[in-house]
Amino acid sequence: METVAAVQLRNITKRFGKVVANDSVSLDINRGEVLSLLGENGSGKTTLMNMLAGIYFPDEGEILVNGKPVTIASPKDAFNYGIGMIHQHFKLVDVFTAAENIVLGLEDEGKLDLKAAAAKITAICEKYGFQVDPNKKIYDMSVSEKQTVEIVKVLYRGADILILDEPTAVLTPQETDRLFGVMRNMKADGKAMVIITHKLHEVMDVSDRVAVLRKGKYVGDVATKDTSPKALTDMMVGHAVTLNINRPDPKDPTPRLEVKDLTVYDAMGVKRLDNVTFTAMGGEILGIAGIAGSGQKELLESVAGLQPLSPGASIRYRPIGHPEDKDGVELVGKTPLQIKQAGVSLAFVPEDRLGMGLVGSLGMTGNMLLRSYRKGHGVFTDRKAPKQLAEEVLTELDVVTPGVNFPVRRLSGGNVQKVLVGREIAQEPSVLMTAYAVRGLDINTSYTIYNLLTEQKLKGVAVVYVGEDLDVLLELCDRILVLCGGQVSGIVDARTTTKEEVGLLMTRFKKEGEPA
Amino acid sequence: MSTVNHTQEPLLRIAKRDGISRPKAYAIRVIAVVLALVVSGIFIFAVTKLNPIQVYEGIYKGAFGTSKRSWVTIRDTMMLLCIGVGLAPAFKMKFWNIGAEGQVLIGGVVTAGFMRAFGGSIPTPVLLVIMAAVSLLGGCLWGVIPAAFKAKWGTNETLFTLMMNYVAIQITSYCVAMWENPIGSNTVGVINQQTKAGWFPEVFGQTYGLNVILVLALTVGMYIYLKYSKQGYEITVVGDSENTARYAGISVKKVTIRTMAISGAICGLAGFIAVAGASHTISTSTAGGRGFTAIIVAWLAQFNTFVMILISLLLVFLQKGAIQIATQFNLNDYASNIITGIILFFILGSEFFINYRVILRGKKEGEAK
Repeated sequence: METVAAVQLRNITKRFGKVVANDSVSLDINRGEVLSLLGENGSGKTTLMNMLAGIYFPDEGEILVNGKPVTIASPKDAFNYGIGMIHQHFKLVDVFTAAENIVLGLEDEGKLDLKAAAAKITAICEKYGFQVDPNKKIYDMSVSEKQTVEIVKVLYRGADILILDEPTAVLTPQETDRLFGVMRNMKADGKAMVIITHKLHEVMDVSDRVAVLRKGKYVGDVATKDTSPKALTDMMVGHAVTLNINRPDPKDPTPRLEVKDLTVYDAMGVKRLDNVTFTAMGGEILGIAGIAGSGQKELLESVAGLQPLSPGASIRYRPIGHPEDKDGVELVGKTPLQIKQAGVSLAFVPEDRLGMGLVGSLGMTGNMLLRSYRKGHGVFTDRKAPKQLAEEVLTELDVVTPGVNFPVRRLSGGNVQKVLVGREIAQEPSVLMTAYAVRGLDINTSYTIYNLLTEQKLKGVAVVYVGEDLDVLLELCDRILVLCGGQVSGIVDARTTTKEEVGLLMTRFKKEGEPA
Repeated sequence: MSTVNHTQEPLLRIAKRDGISRPKAYAIRVIAVVLALVVSGIFIFAVTKLNPIQVYEGIYKGAFGTSKRSWVTIRDTMMLLCIGVGLAPAFKMKFWNIGAEGQVLIGGVVTAGFMRAFGGSIPTPVLLVIMAAVSLLGGCLWGVIPAAFKAKWGTNETLFTLMMNYVAIQITSYCVAMWENPIGSNTVGVINQQTKAGWFPEVFGQTYGLNVILVLALTVGMYIYLKYSKQGYEITVVGDSENTARYAGISVKKVTIRTMAISGAICGLAGFIAVAGASHTISTSTAGGRGFTAIIVAWLAQFNTFVMILISLLLVFLQKGAIQIATQFNLNDYASNIITGIILFFILGSEFFINYRVILRGKKEGEAK
C-alpha cells in the first residue's frame, strides 16, 4: 500500500561556511510512526530538523509536505504546515503560566481567553496522557514539566508532525518512560514524530523506524524490529566499535584530594551539593556519573576555588611524592590564584568551554597564555612559549584551524575542546578534572582524549572524569562516584559494577534530593 | 493544514563570511567611500544645484585650506584621539564607559583651577607637570567611582558613568560662575592671556606641537599596553568572559577598577590638553560631545589605537568641511550634516559587507523553488 509520507526531504544540503552539515539528505517521515534520527554528535541531525522547523533554510534540495513542495522560511511557515519542533533548550517565559506560554504568539482574533485556552490544554493533556497544570508558573516547574509544556504548545497550535530534539537528555529514566508513553499515544492518533537521540536503547524502545546520519550524509533507514543496537552502532560510526578503552591497573594509588562535607547553595538558594565526601587518588581515574545537573559542575568548581562553600567543608590536597606531608594543603577559602600559588597544579576542563575555559576572541596562542601569562617579572607577556605550546597542541591533537592566531570562538566544538584539553594537560597537573571532556568529539578524538587521561593517570595524576556515557565511564575509570540530586549515592568499583547498578544509583535519592 | 499559499524563498539571504582577505576588505571600504561621495554628490546636485566637485573642494579647504586650518584640524583630531585612546581599555573590557565627557571636564576644571591659582607663582614647565598630574587624578577618580560601585555592588556602569557626567557639568558651571571674568560675561575668559603662564609652549615652532607629541605617545603606549602587557591581556580576558577570568585566577573586580582608573585618567588628561594646550579657558562645553564621539572612534577601530588616528581624522575632517561649505555656499548646517551622515553611513555599512555576504534568491539554489 502506497501512502504519501507526511514529510519528504529531497537532496537537502546545508553548508556553514566550509562545513557541510547536511550533504544531499533524502528522508521520509510517515504518519502514525515514530522515526528515530540517529547519529553521533555533529552528524547533522539537529541541522536537518531545524530546516524543517524553519530555523535554517536549505542551500539545496526540496521539502514536500503531504506530497506538495513547500518553502519553509520561518518557524511560522513550519507551523502553518503542521510542523512543530521541541528544542533541546526550552523557549519558555519563566514568569508566565503554562497556559500563557502556550498561547503566547498566537494571533487569534478578539480577546485573550485564558480560560478557554486552559480548557483546550486540559483536553489535549487528557487525550494523550500529559500531566500539566495550565495555571502553574514555569519557574515552579521541573525540567520534565517544562518539556511537557513545550510539547503541548506545539500540539495546541495543531501540529501533527512533531520533532523532538534529544528530549531525554534532561530526563530521569521514569520521566523518559512517561514521555515515551505519551509518544505512543500520539502515534496511535496518527501523528508523525521524529525523535533525535543518540541513546540506542531508547531508539529500540520507542521508535518504529531508524534513520541514520553520519557526518552529514544519510546512511539509510531500517525498521526497528529488524535491527539491533550493534547493527545501529555499525551504521552510525561506519565500522564496528567495541569500546576497547585501554585501562591499565592503577599503580599504588595515594590520596591526593580529600573532600569532606562539601555543601553548596547556588545564587537562588537551592542546595546543589549536599555533604559530599570522597577521596580522589593520585594514579587513578575517578569517574563521576549522574543525570545532568546533579551537582557535577558545582563539585568541580568547588575544588577549583570558584564556588562559595557552606561552612564546615574541607578539601585537603596532598602533593605528589609528599606522603609525609600529613595535613596537606587546605583549598577551602582560597581563590583560584591562591590555590595555584600554594603549589597545587590543578588542571580543569570545565563544561562551558568558551564561557569558562577559553577566551573566544583570542587564538590558540592567546589561550595557551591564560595559564602562563603571569610568568616572568616584567610588565609584558612572553608569547614565545605559548606559541610553541599552541603549535604542539595543534599537531599532537590534530586541531583544525587556519592558524594559531585564529579566534577559537570560530572553531568547531571538537577543535575548541582539543585546544582546552591540550592546554590543561600541558600544565603537568597533579589533579586533572574534566567535565564532559569528549562531548562533541568524534570517536577517534574521543579515544585520543581517553588515552591522554590514562597517560596522566599512569604519571600519578589524580584524574576526575565527569561523564555522561555510562559505557565509557565503566571502561575508562577505576572507580565511579555517582551523584544524585547533589548527594553521593554511591562510590563503586568500575571494574566490577554494572550499568544497571550505576543507573540505579543515579536515581536513588531522587525524592529527597530534588530541589524544592 | 496546508491552507497557506506557496511562500517564496526569501529574496535576500545573509551568510557570515568565513573570513576575508585584507586587500578585499580594504577594497570594500574604498568602494564604500567612493559610493558615499557619488551619493552625496547626487544629493548636493539635486537639492542645491551646486557642482559636487566644488563642494568637495570646499570640504577639503575647510579642513586643510590654510596652514592654520590644518593645525586646527590636527589639534581637534588629537583631542578626539586622546579620548578614544582613553576609552579603548574600558570598552575592550566591555565596561560601557559613557562618562568620558565628565572625565574630560573634571580634568579640564582642575587644570583651569591650577592655571588660575598658580599661573604667576610657579614656572610654567613645573606648573604643566602639576596640572597634568591633577587632571590625571581627577579623571581617574571620575572613572574609579562607577567602577568601584560596579565591582562591589554590581551597579550598572552605563547609567552610573552617564550620571557622573552631569555631576561634572554642574561642578564646571559652579567653577565658571566663581571664576567669571570679566564679571557678567558668564565665561571664564582666556586664562593668563598676557603671561601665557601654564600654556603649552610652542614645540618646533608649532603652537599645537606638544598636543601631537603627547597624544601620539599615548596612542603608541596604549597600543603596546593592550597588546603586549600582562594587564592588557587581563583586560582582554575579562572583556571576553568574566567566568574565564575567574577560572584563570584573575580578579575581575581588581581589573575593572584598575582599568577604569587608567581609562578615566587618560580622559582627564585630555581635559588638561584641551585647557592648557588649546582653549586656555574652561566652560561646560569644553568636552563638546567628544566624549561620546570618541566611543564611535574606539569601537570602529576595534580598539586598535593606530586605526583610531585615521578615524578621528576622518570625523574631524568631515566636521570642519561641513562648517566650511555651510558658510561658503550659504548652505544651512543641515545640508552639510546630511553629507557627513551619508559618508558615515556608507563607511559603517561597509563593515557589514566585510563580515557578511548577501545571497540573492535563485543564486546557487535555483531548484529549491
